[in-house]
Amino acid sequence: MNTSLPRWVDLGLIPALNLTLAFLVAGLVVVFIGENPVQALRFLVVGSLGSSYGIGFTLFYATTFVFTGLSVAIAFHAGLFNIGGEGQAALGGIGATLVCLAVPWPHWTLALPFALLGAGLFGAAWAFLPGYLQAKRGSHVVITTIMFNFIASALVVYLLVNVMKVPGSMSPETRNFAPGTHLPFMHEMLGAIGITVAKTPMNLSALLALLAAFLTWVLIWRTRLGYEMRAFGFSEPAAVYAGIDPVKITVIAMVLSGAMAGMMALNVVMGFQHRLVLDYVGGAGFVGIAVSLMGRSHPLGVVLAAILFGILYQGGAELAFEMPNISREMIVVIQALVILFTGALENLVRIPMQRLFARSRTRAA
Amino acid sequence: MELEILLQIAGSSLRLATPLLLACLAGLYSERAGIFDIGLEGKMLAAAFMAGAVAAVTGSAWVGLLAGIAASMVLSLIHGLASITLKGNQLISGVAINFLASGLTALVGQNWFHQGGQTPQLTAGGRFLALELPLTETLAPIPVIGPIYQHLISGHNILVYLALAAVPATWWVLFRTRFGLRLRAVGENPGAVDTAGISVVRLRYAAVLICGLLCGIAGAYLSTGMAAGFVREMTAGKGFIALAALIFAKWRPWPALGACLLFGFLEAIGIRYQGITIGSIVIPVQFMQALPYILTVVILAGFVGKAVPPKAGGRPYVKER
Amino acid sequence: MPPQPGSPAGGAAFAPLAIELSGISKSFGAVQANRDIHLAVRRGTIHGIVGENGAGKSTLMSILYGFYEADAGEIRINGRATPIRDSQAAIAAGIGMVHQHFMLVEPFTVLENVILGAENGPLLRPSLARARTELTRLAKEYELQVDPDAVVGELSVGFQQRVEILKALYRECDILILDEPTGVLTPAEADHLFRILEHLKSEGKTILLITHKLREIMAATDEVSVMRRGEMVRTLTTAETSPAELAELMVGRRVLLRVEKTPATPGPVLLETRDLSLTDAKGVERLRAVSLEVRAGEILGIAGVAGNGQSELLEVLAGIAPATSGEVRLKGEPLDISRTTNADDRRRRGIAHVPEDRHRRGLVMPYQTWENTSFGYHDLPKFCAHLGLMKGDAMREDARGKIERFDIRPPDPNLKAANFSGGNQQKIVLAREIECGPDVLLIGQPTRGVDIGAIEFIHRQIVALRDAGKAIILVSVELDEIQALSDRIVVMFDGRVSGTRQAADTDERELGLLMAGIEPDKGAAA
Repeated sequence: MNTSLPRWVDLGLIPALNLTLAFLVAGLVVVFIGENPVQALRFLVVGSLGSSYGIGFTLFYATTFVFTGLSVAIAFHAGLFNIGGEGQAALGGIGATLVCLAVPWPHWTLALPFALLGAGLFGAAWAFLPGYLQAKRGSHVVITTIMFNFIASALVVYLLVNVMKVPGSMSPETRNFAPGTHLPFMHEMLGAIGITVAKTPMNLSALLALLAAFLTWVLIWRTRLGYEMRAFGFSEPAAVYAGIDPVKITVIAMVLSGAMAGMMALNVVMGFQHRLVLDYVGGAGFVGIAVSLMGRSHPLGVVLAAILFGILYQGGAELAFEMPNISREMIVVIQALVILFTGALENLVRIPMQRLFARSRTRAA
Repeated sequence: MELEILLQIAGSSLRLATPLLLACLAGLYSERAGIFDIGLEGKMLAAAFMAGAVAAVTGSAWVGLLAGIAASMVLSLIHGLASITLKGNQLISGVAINFLASGLTALVGQNWFHQGGQTPQLTAGGRFLALELPLTETLAPIPVIGPIYQHLISGHNILVYLALAAVPATWWVLFRTRFGLRLRAVGENPGAVDTAGISVVRLRYAAVLICGLLCGIAGAYLSTGMAAGFVREMTAGKGFIALAALIFAKWRPWPALGACLLFGFLEAIGIRYQGITIGSIVIPVQFMQALPYILTVVILAGFVGKAVPPKAGGRPYVKER
Repeated sequence: MPPQPGSPAGGAAFAPLAIELSGISKSFGAVQANRDIHLAVRRGTIHGIVGENGAGKSTLMSILYGFYEADAGEIRINGRATPIRDSQAAIAAGIGMVHQHFMLVEPFTVLENVILGAENGPLLRPSLARARTELTRLAKEYELQVDPDAVVGELSVGFQQRVEILKALYRECDILILDEPTGVLTPAEADHLFRILEHLKSEGKTILLITHKLREIMAATDEVSVMRRGEMVRTLTTAETSPAELAELMVGRRVLLRVEKTPATPGPVLLETRDLSLTDAKGVERLRAVSLEVRAGEILGIAGVAGNGQSELLEVLAGIAPATSGEVRLKGEPLDISRTTNADDRRRRGIAHVPEDRHRRGLVMPYQTWENTSFGYHDLPKFCAHLGLMKGDAMREDARGKIERFDIRPPDPNLKAANFSGGNQQKIVLAREIECGPDVLLIGQPTRGVDIGAIEFIHRQIVALRDAGKAIILVSVELDEIQALSDRIVVMFDGRVSGTRQAADTDERELGLLMAGIEPDKGAAA
């Protein structure tokens, strides 16, 4: 605790070593399965970055993970561990869908602000109660958000099966949105300025995600609210002393976090699927935890980590195709190892590093 | 007729409550010792897979059970390493373990058996079959008592009885033994335990390993008791319901039994009826599924008796300085 | 050392050594907490260890008790080399310890706490039965009555301490270490404790008493060792030394706790409280009808043993603790005292606050200096623009000025608060709270854990603020500090004001009686 490390070690070397460990163990898993890890890595990289098709998919996934990663990061700065991104994103999907279906939108530019609001508000609403209960009643936000994930899942199933389903259809999904709500695809936008790329689901939301990352950075490090959130995250008694209302900060942090998770609906629902299907979130809320941990809750780190996970998801799909022995679940394993080594087992690297630096310092002294 | 349906639901509740109960008691040992565990789900899943796989290969449910327990305990050791030895974040470790189990069981399962992540259908020897307790035949003709004995008391597999026996056993260990006293103390104030000359680390590892053992049995029950083989993601949130039950029971063994039976009952109703009609109101099945979680949030909010977790829970023990 | 037949330690002077420490060293990271410590304690004596906060007393005792392991050195117990790697080894060697922060399991009963780690077997029933009998015996023998079935968390602090002592006695310790045992006790409880210690000594037990209160050392100990900055300075026979000599050894030079100041010229009343009462969540009355006032150009000192309501009073005035009843007026206007979230309102009205605990409250330890120097004032227009954007450059510039004027070292606005020494951390807080230009300054334990040089600087700043016509309420458990700085002194005991005196018209003896809840005049009249 007393031994502080240089910045480059703290923010560069240690995360890099942790990540290396995670991938080494992942490599061992591949060896255990009886495949060549180097070959597997090649398939992964080529599949995700080797073509404009691969890159498009990679960035499509990354866009989703930027939203969910920022969601976890915002709460983290206020000392809150929001693992309810999955449920908040699911509700965000409902919000975006309601907006898109409610009005026969003539053009996406009109639909977007309202869909943004719908997705954000619904996601925020689903995070409000856990935040409020944490602040007012001391109910641990980790447990309540877990519970809210399951409640959301039941709620969405109910809505899709009983309320929002196309009458007469068997599949639990809404009708297609009107074309006036479809966000432009990246290949369309690039095509308009004469660049031809493969057709992929990557859409305008990718730019929105970058904007969201920038605004999050401004929020955390340049605004009074961010200053107060970080102070509260470090020490609640200090925050109270400075006149910061813990209830207000907790609720605001959770609501912002939930809104951010909800906005992933723009990318997937409004930008790609153009209808709401069951379980459209597909674990992205949980990927956000890994992304935030790896990115050290810094928006830039979150963007980089989200791209890495985008590579894993797209490359993993290609890998599963090329090496049938390695199924898509390899991604989940890598994700688990990243969370384990950069989060829970962080001290595995940090403690030896601190010893190393303490020793070299005493020798220098 | 009415009685028979009632008994069938009751028997079904008991069977559905069993894995919850085992996992809930597992969490109880861990959390009473101050180690939060949101990785119950993952440990159960890993155990369910290993038990199913090994039982399929060896044809023995018992060998499968041991394999399941071993898998669960390995994950427990990782959790222990992260949260006790390396003083890491217990919640993050739990999240990681859930993903690890989810990914590895599917990956290895597909690789091993090539059945889409499932393990082969188990034969009779590979499963824990329902036991017919003595006297069932004799008592059968007696009204009320006969059917109750036949459907509710008899006719479950041995792990169900084991889970039920684990409740008084846990109570006894916790409140009547030296180990239990120290376990409860280390979850409240590890400093007091340390200065009393007892190793905090050893005590917490013991708790975490017991948690692994019980989660292992819970998982094995799913794949070799309730079902005849492992199916991907077969825990389906049971680990989290167990966690909910633990909070619901305020970390006490007997209320844990009550909470698990209640949640098992809700599940049994949900399986049997697609929605319940009370007067003109139809309660959808999804509401029944969400009810355990809703109830837990209500309890956590402290509107119906506050749930106060062990004081030192979730924080690694660091000598102050 | 010649034998002294008359002195209390006389018989013990030739007694064999119970504890012998040689060459003990311990460091935490870059901080050397103990350096080459040598200490010899005779059997059957009460041996005091004094030193300022942070002198290394608690670390040394924690090493002796096996809570920390020494980096180097040897421990001999009763003449035999005894390596103590953990508390188990210490207990086996007959050492018991009452920690400053009690090591009790609050939801457990007294019995359960006592047997924890000293059970007779794997089952609890026989252990509990044995402990019940033994506790009855110990209670009778040492006046340590406690209900064995009471839940420890529901006992008062004094009783909790008894449980700690009982724990040690139950383990049949020969050596008992007490770390700052009277900090939380009322004078009556403290007296009772010292009677128990005398009794234990008469039975041949060895007692190590750690304190920074010289009065207790003089009254209770046979020998005393002085520690300073991690080193053992000297061991003396108590009867042959004086508080002045000990104080000098503790700080390393002759202490001059005199602050240069002119007589006060009090102006109008700025802040007043009337019948201020506070009952906490556990139902304990922390404040009982406290009425006081402070005038412009006046330092009002609040004296008292720690835990007699001073902290709560300061927190209510600062708007971070709610009062149950009563009122507070600033320049005649009533303040809202119903919530924990009024600190911002207080600052707007001109009440600044240097909190007692700068680590938990006064500073955000991972924040850099420039973020800390505006903490609490961060929403002022000079730091915060429209749309809630912070003016980082203005904050840094402001920090540079404060660093220079308050001589904060190292003078780096980008250094995290955690990387400053205690004195410089306190200067950061003080700079912020003084330079905001308050009418009233609330200040708690201004020099706790602060080195001597910084103490003088801080005291001068407080006096200067008074001379500028501001009102100051000073809470300190150091009576010397209260006497040196205050113009008027309010003494608190058990949540109420037990007396108010002009600083010039009172002395240590009278204040001491008030701190014990005794009204000296009435005592004289009776």
